[in-house]
Amino acid sequence: MESDYAIIGGGVVGLSIAWGLLKRGRSVTVLDGDDGSFRASRGNFGLVWVQSKGMNQPRYARWSQESAAAWADHAAELGDATGHDMGLRQDGGLTLFFSEDEMEKTVSDYETLKAKLDGNYPYEILGGNALRREEPHIGPSVIGAILHHQDGHTNPLRLLQSLAQDVRRLGGTVLTGKQITGVEKTDLFRLTCADGTEIRAAKTVLSAGLGAIDLGPKMGFKAPIRPQRGQVLITEKMPKIINRPSLIARQVDEGGIQIGATNEEVDFNDDVTQDGIAHLAADAVNAYPILGKVNLIRSWGALRILSPDGLPIYQESAAMPGAFLVTCHSGVTLSAAHARFLPDWLEGNANAPDLEVFSEARFS
Amino acid sequence: MYDLIVIGAGPAGMAAARRAADLGLTVLILDEQSRSGGQIYRDVERAALLRGEILGKDYTDGIDLARGLDHPGITHAASASVWQIEDGYRVYYTQNGAGKTAAAKRLLIATGALERPMPIPGWTLPGVMTAGAAQILLKQSGMVAERAVLAGAGPLLYLVAAQMVKAGAPPLALVETQTGGDFRRALKYLPGALRGWPYLMKGKDMLAALRRAGVPRHTGATGLRVEGGDRAEALVFNAGGRQHKIEARTVLLHHGVVPHIQAARSIGIPHRWNAQQQCFAPEHDETGRTAIDTVFIAGDGAGIGGAKAAAIAGRISALSIAQDLERITAADCRRESRPLQASLNRELAVRPFLDTAYPPYKEALSPDDATIVCRCEEVTAGDIRRYAGMGCLGPNQAKAFGRSGMGPCQGRYCGLTVTALLAAANGKTPDETGYYRIRPPIKPVTLGELAATAQRKGK
Amino acid sequence: MKPAFRNLTAPASSPGQMVAVTFDGQELTLVEGENLAAALLAAGVDTFRETPVSGAPRAPFCMMGACFDCLVEIDGTVRQACLATVTDGMNIRKPNGTSDV
Repeated sequence: MESDYAIIGGGVVGLSIAWGLLKRGRSVTVLDGDDGSFRASRGNFGLVWVQSKGMNQPRYARWSQESAAAWADHAAELGDATGHDMGLRQDGGLTLFFSEDEMEKTVSDYETLKAKLDGNYPYEILGGNALRREEPHIGPSVIGAILHHQDGHTNPLRLLQSLAQDVRRLGGTVLTGKQITGVEKTDLFRLTCADGTEIRAAKTVLSAGLGAIDLGPKMGFKAPIRPQRGQVLITEKMPKIINRPSLIARQVDEGGIQIGATNEEVDFNDDVTQDGIAHLAADAVNAYPILGKVNLIRSWGALRILSPDGLPIYQESAAMPGAFLVTCHSGVTLSAAHARFLPDWLEGNANAPDLEVFSEARFS
Repeated sequence: MYDLIVIGAGPAGMAAARRAADLGLTVLILDEQSRSGGQIYRDVERAALLRGEILGKDYTDGIDLARGLDHPGITHAASASVWQIEDGYRVYYTQNGAGKTAAAKRLLIATGALERPMPIPGWTLPGVMTAGAAQILLKQSGMVAERAVLAGAGPLLYLVAAQMVKAGAPPLALVETQTGGDFRRALKYLPGALRGWPYLMKGKDMLAALRRAGVPRHTGATGLRVEGGDRAEALVFNAGGRQHKIEARTVLLHHGVVPHIQAARSIGIPHRWNAQQQCFAPEHDETGRTAIDTVFIAGDGAGIGGAKAAAIAGRISALSIAQDLERITAADCRRESRPLQASLNRELAVRPFLDTAYPPYKEALSPDDATIVCRCEEVTAGDIRRYAGMGCLGPNQAKAFGRSGMGPCQGRYCGLTVTALLAAANGKTPDETGYYRIRPPIKPVTLGELAATAQRKGK
Repeated sequence: MKPAFRNLTAPASSPGQMVAVTFDGQELTLVEGENLAAALLAAGVDTFRETPVSGAPRAPFCMMGACFDCLVEIDGTVRQACLATVTDGMNIRKPNGTSDV
């Protein structure tokens, strides 16, 4: 089997790129893992998020803003093609504060970033009363919030499903249950799988999440990424009680309250721990006391894919030109950018986004 | 710290708790119900006196096990719902609206069986219940369904029907899905089954009682569906070469029971497909010990064997646990276990015959596209097949796409169906296809109860 | 409508006291200490809840705490009626979880 592109990894990142390439008429084969693979695409929090990103690297803040701005079209196009509602709401998002000091510090950081972004950082500060007008169920220990108007959230599982569906509709080949055992390049890339499948392609994108830790070095990348566990809770379905998402809780379009998330360095362990979920519950009830009587229905642990500085990596291999590493923590936020802007970079077009700061050169 | 925590106060759990306590272990037995007995001996201490005549000796026999919990070494926590097990010995549960925790040196999972999911058109309508539910209502509450029809396959249908006859409310009909061919296939297991001859005799007696009561029986039924608007109004099916419609207020479904595996799966105990019983069962050795050294499993939750087998298996596990904790010697453990093992084998001898003579209803194992398989999220069989077409090799991918198994029941009533549908669509075995990854909470817990268990720390 | 179940023992002869509860605003007289799901069925309650997905009616299916079709709201928390017991003055409602508000 021969294609213009082989995409290693069929999560939100790989499928977004595949979708964008197919839209430009390229032929694409996506190689995906199995039911038990670590899948951040199945375990994430569903935010389309700008605030607090790129505090030390304005290009990342801008890249997130560009993607967030393209998300409405992205969701609409996928929705029209698949009949699914992506559940996208971009009415702004909240950071909740429990102390004045904490809030002042964050505002000062946001002002610094805002200056670097030529003033494009539309946020406002909500005091306790203003916040409670917006979110009537906020508890007394929350003293205020920052409302950032470029933030929002979506239904990440419907995004995943829609991408999987539409990549196929557009003629992409998706092979599941594949484990890549070898990558070679002569005139074409030759990818071999554990089950004997062999794929040839002119270019290869490595978007395998944590799978890039093993495969990256074989393809000439440093791929210095690591897993970080996030435990997440979800409640029974409720009438609307939370309007805007925050990092503590959001109400998903099906009605459940999603509560996140821990940050734990525990290697490749994606278990749920009692300590983890009890603290998440305590924090959520502290912020929204009404949640105390609400039933927890599910919890899970999923592994973030983190680079040393937390920023994405976009790198073409020096050893294997035509092989690209794409890895990031925020696959949902960046889905629109990966589908709509990244293909120009992969194709080497003149209008390619400038992703220089995201190269592996920064990890020397 | 207890010596032993038992989850589930059915026959396996009650027998294990008592044997362990008699050997000097301190035991905490946690159970969801307000009174001990599990499902099979539900509320037996109370109900045996009130309606033992209707429920029969097999039920009232459970009274000794239930009374056995009255022992100074046993703490019985009733109405306790376990939501999480951690590290092989610590258990978190809710009781009377408060989150609690307990720990023990050993853990015995005795969570019993569930009715095998029987997705047929209309099975979500009010008025459709499991046959087990009808029995529970009879045992615990002295309630009997009037104008009810029983449908499916298996000896439990006969037992429920016979009890309904005795209670003065005979079912309108027994609509059975097994065929003469199934019975003929089962005959090769008959010699082995004769070791468990009392079971066979009881079955014969129950059928005779139903005949005397004039309860119509249809066998080899296909095309079962429940009709109704806001509740069940009729059962429609084909049998004997024509379509039947039985108007009924209650439709009671049953085609076997399967291990209730949520607790065992939530701590990663490996499970394997049992082709004879058409279900997943946890792996364990002959004493019930699992891959987690401190965790044992006994009773129907370890593989279907029935109440008597469960009690014996519970005692065997208790002995092994007592040996672990050095309350009996290895030699004593062996000496007492050997005859128990022999009676356990005798109890299980009838299973291959029963499993073959009363196989699950085929159309419910692979329902029509339009039939709901996940009751909580209302996902149909057709949805699952479509997800297979979109590359879903296993139920966790299908769950992410279509929410099957995401509702409060956590896949208890769709898991086996979803695995079967994906396996068939992908041409894989159930073992290759796998099962939902079960995570805490294995029963819902309020965020308030959960939050109260958070250990304070500087943060 | 007439209940689908008959009590073998008349409520009057039961050991429990008769107590008043409300189910979705309707006054019912149930036996104190009885299993709530059973008591509601015996009182002729056909629909315990409507599903949050499609609004379809549901009622007890398994009676053993596994299916969650008997969910009701008791004092603001959604619980399984088959694992609850009747208490005096209990205020029971259909659970209010919906996806379309």
